[in-house]
Amino acid sequence: MRIYVPSDTTAVALGADAVAAAVQAEAQRRGLELVRNGSRGMFAVEPLVEVEVQGLRTAYGPVSAGDVSGLLDALESGADQHALFLGPVADIPWLASQQRLTFARAGEGDPLCLDTYRTLGGFAGLETALQMAPVAVVAAVTDSGLRGRGGAAFPAGIKWQTVLDTPASQKYIVCNADEGDSGTFADRLLLEADPYQLLEGMAIAGVAVGATLGYIYLRSEYPLALRVLQDAISRATAAGYLGDDIRGSGRNFHVEVRLGAGAYICGEETALLESLEGRRGVVRAKPPLPAIEGLFGLPTVVNNVLTLAAVTTVLAQGAPYYRDFGSGRSRGTLTLQLAGNVRQGGLVEIPFGATLREVVDEYAGGTFSGRPMRAIQVGGPLGAYLPEGQWDIPLDYEAFAAAGAMLGHGGVVVFDDTVDMSAQARFAMAFCVEESCGKCTPCRIGAIRGVEVIDKIIAREAPQENTALLQDLCDTMEQGSLCAMGGLTPNPVRSALEYFPEDFV
Amino acid sequence: MAPLLEVYRSQPGGLLPLLHAVQQALGYIPPEAIPDIARAMNLSRAEVHGVISFYHDFRAEPAGRHTLQICRAEACQAMGSRDLENHARRSLAIDFGETTADGAVTLEPVYCLGNCACSPSVRIDDCVYARVDPARLDALLAELGD
Ligand SMILES: Cc1cc2nc3c(=O)[nH]c(=O)nc-3n(C[C@H](O)[C@H](O)[C@H](O)COP(=O)(O)O)c2cc1C
Ligand code: SF4
Repeated sequence: MRIYVPSDTTAVALGADAVAAAVQAEAQRRGLELVRNGSRGMFAVEPLVEVEVQGLRTAYGPVSAGDVSGLLDALESGADQHALFLGPVADIPWLASQQRLTFARAGEGDPLCLDTYRTLGGFAGLETALQMAPVAVVAAVTDSGLRGRGGAAFPAGIKWQTVLDTPASQKYIVCNADEGDSGTFADRLLLEADPYQLLEGMAIAGVAVGATLGYIYLRSEYPLALRVLQDAISRATAAGYLGDDIRGSGRNFHVEVRLGAGAYICGEETALLESLEGRRGVVRAKPPLPAIEGLFGLPTVVNNVLTLAAVTTVLAQGAPYYRDFGSGRSRGTLTLQLAGNVRQGGLVEIPFGATLREVVDEYAGGTFSGRPMRAIQVGGPLGAYLPEGQWDIPLDYEAFAAAGAMLGHGGVVVFDDTVDMSAQARFAMAFCVEESCGKCTPCRIGAIRGVEVIDKIIAREAPQENTALLQDLCDTMEQGSLCAMGGLTPNPVRSALEYFPEDFV
Repeated sequence: MAPLLEVYRSQPGGLLPLLHAVQQALGYIPPEAIPDIARAMNLSRAEVHGVISFYHDFRAEPAGRHTLQICRAEACQAMGSRDLENHARRSLAIDFGETTADGAVTLEPVYCLGNCACSPSVRIDDCVYARVDPARLDALLAELGD
């Protein structure tokens, strides 16, 4: 019998290490094998213990260390009556109804086991890419319709083509693993559960555009992901999937991890490049595009973790397979992260096109507090706060943009009716004060003024004049900021004002 | 420090990794180390200082024996982190950025630990904890002992 206990940050934060220790303590006596797997992202039932007998996996959760002995006793006599029994993993509706492409392997096994990765289809994309001409690899990515998952939704294939077409002695692949948006954890989950998928995606990108060196810029708030990644890089290198002469192809691709240092703006790609070069994370003006003059002035692909990971599916299964999921110009799958005040938070990967309400109804299970939902912030700290009247917008890039909102990196943060939207608007400005890179005045000074003006509105000092002033300020920030930090901070502020005016009087 | 300077001086963009390594080794980046760092990395002292002060992670003075980070971002706000912050400030009698008088705990803000489905989240040293209410925080801090 094999017992799986996740080693993921959230699972561990909920007590998975103690559960694993309790299983290990009885493993020999009971003839069990303990495997630390990644998480499936179904956090309401973490720590999720899976029991494998003759290839069939059954789930129990949430399990605490104190439950372990009783559960193991019950298993010996067939535990489908156990209070924590959730049924066969493959039949759990919360998972079975999803369309997992990128997260199909998450939670299946030891994240660092190369055999597991290969058995579950890993490296098929890279093996395919190594047989193809670089231009054909780029064409496959373009044909798939894959757009960047970091927030801006730029077509990945067009970016890659630009790098491919720019001659240079050295090119780079930079993976943006800064995942700064509150309410998002999909990059972290992937890095901890299926790190080889990212490395494979980066190697495919390297082969496609002619880059031999890749950097993963990882936020320092993810210590566990760092350990997994470093281990994964050395194992993949030892097995010939990274390094010189990958799989005997004559192509080289090396990967290094670099840690951020707690600056939200370093998720912005040009600030990230500055930071990688060892400087303050100050945003660069574009042009030049990073694809033409990026890291150390050389052509650079900068892509989010999920973008690079998705490329493995595109190469392994073909562009049409990937493109057939989705709606409108949003192709493939969307990874949502249900967070904040929800009963069943976690990772939901589905094709683009469902509505926010459908997703929340089907997966979130209501608020954690049991109170009515009042506002949902989609797309991170620069995303709009949506009231119930806006929850029927289809989840695709264009539909969200048309509603003045954005999908961003897929964070869905739910608030119940105790939320004070004037405090949320104030926080949006305060966050911009804290995290602005300081390059342009509308953002650096405007956000400070924004906090002051909102404070006045809250204190009922000339509320009408100050609200008009706040709108003016938002205009200035939108029009006069170099990047989306200053340019989109008005999103949460204005949506709070527009949809929840009662909180400002 | 000399061996660290040796390791990172030749790395392209090695300043951040060097600063992380110095802070890992010493717990902070002593201002008196800046001239050596600047020389090794072929930068001006002002540039090195500018980088240290730009990033929230780097500190110019030693922290307490433990670092408590409380997430102040939206997902945790939705689950009551503002109360948790206030509780921590009151019970530790310090503000963000400060260290308790006995040198045990430094309190820091953090904007997201990637644990947003089980908020409020805190990190104590390298461990993240989920669903932390004031009582749980007190218990976690009490367990730290010294
Ligand atoms: C303030 C700000 C923060 C950002 N943070 C991130 C981030 O944490 N992760 C990310 O992948 N992209 C982030 N982005 C988007 C990047 O600038 C860039 O568009 C992305 O890394 C490109 O990769 P993609 O095309 O694969 O999405 C941020 C942008 C801005 C303006
Ligand atoms: S908008 Fe803000 S964060 Fe962006 S470049 Fe300007 S000052 Fe920097």
